[in-house]
Amino acid sequence: MARDSAAGTESGRPRSRAPWPFFRFLGRRLVALVVLAIGITFVAFVLTQLVPGDPALSALGPVTSADPEAVAAYHEHWGMDKPLPVQYGTYLWNLVQGDLGVSQLSHQPVLDDLRHTIPATMELAFLSIAFAIAVGVPLGVIAAVRQNRASDHALRVVSLAGISMPTFWLALLALYVFFFRLDWFPGGGRLDPGTTPPGEITGLYTVDAVLHGQFSLAWDALHHLILPALVLAAFNVSLITRYTRSAILEVIHDDYVRAARAKGLPERTVVIRHVLRAALPSVITVIGLVFANVLTGAVLVENIFAWPGIGQYAYQASLELDLPAIMGVSLFVAVVYVTVNFVVDVLYGVIDPRLRLT
Amino acid sequence: MSSAPMLVPEEVAIRRPRVRGLLSQPLAVVGLVIAVGWLLIAIFAPLIAPYDPLAQDFPLTQAPSREHLFGTDELGRDVLSRVIYGSRLSLPLALLLVALATALGSLLGAMAGYFRSWVDPVVMRTTDLVFAFPAIILAMVVTASLGPNIRNAVLAIVIVAWPSYARVVRGLVLSIGDTEFVHASRLLGSSSRRTLVHDVLPNLAGPVVVLATLDLANAILLLAGLSFLGLGAQPPDPEWGSMVAVGTQYFQYWWMGTFPGLAIFTAVIAFNFLGDSLRDRLDPRGVSRGKHQGVA
Amino acid sequence: MSLLAVDELRVRVATDDRPLQIVDGVSYAVDEGRIFGIAGESGSGKTVSVLALMGLLPRGASVTGTARFEGNDLVSMPSARLREVCGREIGLVFQDPLTSFHPMLSVGRQLTEHLRHHYGTSRTDARGRAVALLEEVRIPDPETALERYPHEFSGGMRQRIAIAGALMCEPRLLIADEPTTALDVTVQAGILRLIDRLRRDRSLSVILITHDLGVMSALADDLAIFYGGRIVEDGPAEELLAAPRHPYTRALLEALPHPETARGAPLHGIPGAPAQPGSLPSGCVFHPRCAYAIESCRTEVPELRRIGDRGLACPVDPFAP
Repeated sequence: MARDSAAGTESGRPRSRAPWPFFRFLGRRLVALVVLAIGITFVAFVLTQLVPGDPALSALGPVTSADPEAVAAYHEHWGMDKPLPVQYGTYLWNLVQGDLGVSQLSHQPVLDDLRHTIPATMELAFLSIAFAIAVGVPLGVIAAVRQNRASDHALRVVSLAGISMPTFWLALLALYVFFFRLDWFPGGGRLDPGTTPPGEITGLYTVDAVLHGQFSLAWDALHHLILPALVLAAFNVSLITRYTRSAILEVIHDDYVRAARAKGLPERTVVIRHVLRAALPSVITVIGLVFANVLTGAVLVENIFAWPGIGQYAYQASLELDLPAIMGVSLFVAVVYVTVNFVVDVLYGVIDPRLRLT
Repeated sequence: MSSAPMLVPEEVAIRRPRVRGLLSQPLAVVGLVIAVGWLLIAIFAPLIAPYDPLAQDFPLTQAPSREHLFGTDELGRDVLSRVIYGSRLSLPLALLLVALATALGSLLGAMAGYFRSWVDPVVMRTTDLVFAFPAIILAMVVTASLGPNIRNAVLAIVIVAWPSYARVVRGLVLSIGDTEFVHASRLLGSSSRRTLVHDVLPNLAGPVVVLATLDLANAILLLAGLSFLGLGAQPPDPEWGSMVAVGTQYFQYWWMGTFPGLAIFTAVIAFNFLGDSLRDRLDPRGVSRGKHQGVA
Repeated sequence: MSLLAVDELRVRVATDDRPLQIVDGVSYAVDEGRIFGIAGESGSGKTVSVLALMGLLPRGASVTGTARFEGNDLVSMPSARLREVCGREIGLVFQDPLTSFHPMLSVGRQLTEHLRHHYGTSRTDARGRAVALLEEVRIPDPETALERYPHEFSGGMRQRIAIAGALMCEPRLLIADEPTTALDVTVQAGILRLIDRLRRDRSLSVILITHDLGVMSALADDLAIFYGGRIVEDGPAEELLAAPRHPYTRALLEALPHPETARGAPLHGIPGAPAQPGSLPSGCVFHPRCAYAIESCRTEVPELRRIGDRGLACPVDPFAP
């Protein structure tokens, strides 16, 4: 039965429950994101200015760059005969229209290259992150709850070892043992050689294959995914375990935990509903970190497993100094990172109501 | 006053870090032993290594044997000797790198935290920008554009690493500068600089040392990673990362990649053990908790 | 029979250096419908003794003695059952109403979760009961309050909510640990009146822990004075406060600034610092600070002697009538 709202106003509390402070909070984070994105474009632009030589020559390839008209057109398009700030402006303008330039290596628009390589890495990343969270968080909880007992110490050593292992070395070992010796998993690539990928809907082979009803194809894709995803996850499982553990230890002695026990709630409820929730902001922080790590690790893992993702793309681009490609990758990667941070900030606000006031 | 039972009198104000008793932690001891071990190996490499790391005199791709404990590689070089000499590359470079990053980052962070005004936002936005690029991408781009050699790799990693220190130091300076301890000191007439040196700096040391130790571990990893990709050390340097890269191409000769990787693993884990144990003592509040953009 | 009868309760805690005896042989009884006050300074063991009863001490604490609550001994009860019993029959209100609430769970959630756990009450019923209790503790607009978060309320309101929460399961005993210490003086009186009213309306028994003798005099029926982990004096509150017999109690009362004291008169303190566990003096714990100590006070631990309905742990008894 609804209470008479007059009582509400009497006590001086606002009647509307619209979360305006929260929207303001979101708005501020969004602005920060945009500002950061612009800063990133600036850095990417500056980086490319550091490289000596005329980029037109390498962008157009040896044949086309013999043609002075083509070179002039290129200079025109990117405003290269104009002063630097104007060049930057031109660059931004092109960027906004989706024109990231043409890759020197593939001679395709960088945007297209990204569109093909990003899903490959995303598939790897999602599986890897999901695994890392599913294993890391419970292990962290166990380590915290059994603080200073044998299991905690063991987990500590194991997770320290986990973050000490060079990803590329682990990949090599995994390949050697599971592919070369045991033949449990394929040695690279997204599918068996000669297999046609599923029709492109999301770009994620597993998902697309399932959507097309091609289940054996989906299995093939998954089979190829497992080893690189696990290798990629190793570092992050350890990271998540450690951060979760310390996040929980930070709150487990707080008064409200004791209050929850005093109420007679079973320990399991206390740990999950009270302790873990209080530790959640820190756990989300580390998951944000994990996203960044996955991109870093992807460069190495994709290299070893011949995975045609953005890590490989970035690597090739760096080797050949394919400037448009490098800029494109940098931008994408930085935007992802910044977006992840934005989402993390939003999640903080959702989980911790105290933050909605700021 | 807290309702918690007064089990042990609470310590107020700023705590002095306790290093004494560190050795009682087995993890720290193991880490220290391994780290010192590698340092000794690096120093005495010419005496320890059985052969010249660059000599291509031996049968190609031999499995480990008594003459060649780690086998030989594709050019007929002894892997064990190369691994030993590899420590002369990875370790001193990592140390140099971390020293530079610490110095640069701490200085900028301290300035940002202490002088505020325009210094603070500039430094902070710069760190934001650097954090936005995953380490390896930034490092790759820098080394690629400046030329792939190990000196540029070091430079690239310093660029990537200094912001963590800046953040940590700035945070510490801000929180310590705000305590009544420092206000009292100022009231008593200490000049700004004196306060900075005498009151603020000693309390910075703990978390920065922890961060530096853990960063040393990451530096070795990143350096090896860049070399693995061909962007750091170049052949014929016996750098561990590039050795693993070659090992990947010849992975049926498992010893070529496994042993250098093992070397990286043990060196890195030594500093992680050490740093983690130090953290419990020198940085109980976990200020040095790595780079992340918090809400503030 | 008393609702709660504590006998020779001892609590020892293991720390890095050596074990600390925090509570050293404490005995008291709380009767139905009475407010039992536990007074003492920090370090006297008053909070720990109560936490020990409820099994809320950290691992590494060892508790001996007996504490019969409704006939069952809490000290020897297995921990799962202890948690059930205490959750249902004993309500606990902590000193700091900000930290004793979970910052991320709504007030409604925190008020209803234990009721629903112990009695399987439905969500609607539990909320209804919560609203009723919030009204009883005078929280305006209780239905909206359920959706709010603890930080949205003032300290005094939070403490009222905490009291409501402690009463949700209709406990027989309410334990309030320094319920007003973290609050403004102006708000304190309201909380005390609330506790008194609730006690009367429900025949609730209350253990009131505080260092503030003024609060004690307002509320407590019976009183025990803790010092150094032991009880040095106990008895009916009014009598005890009017005519204290232990030197410590007397000194405490004299230390209270009196509104009718002449201006410029010096404040009385008790010389020395309160005894802390781990560095307790030998014999009578208070003897280094006591103006009436004799030689034996240094060597012999005084027993709590019963004199009529009062208890006194002082062989010297300098204020005997």
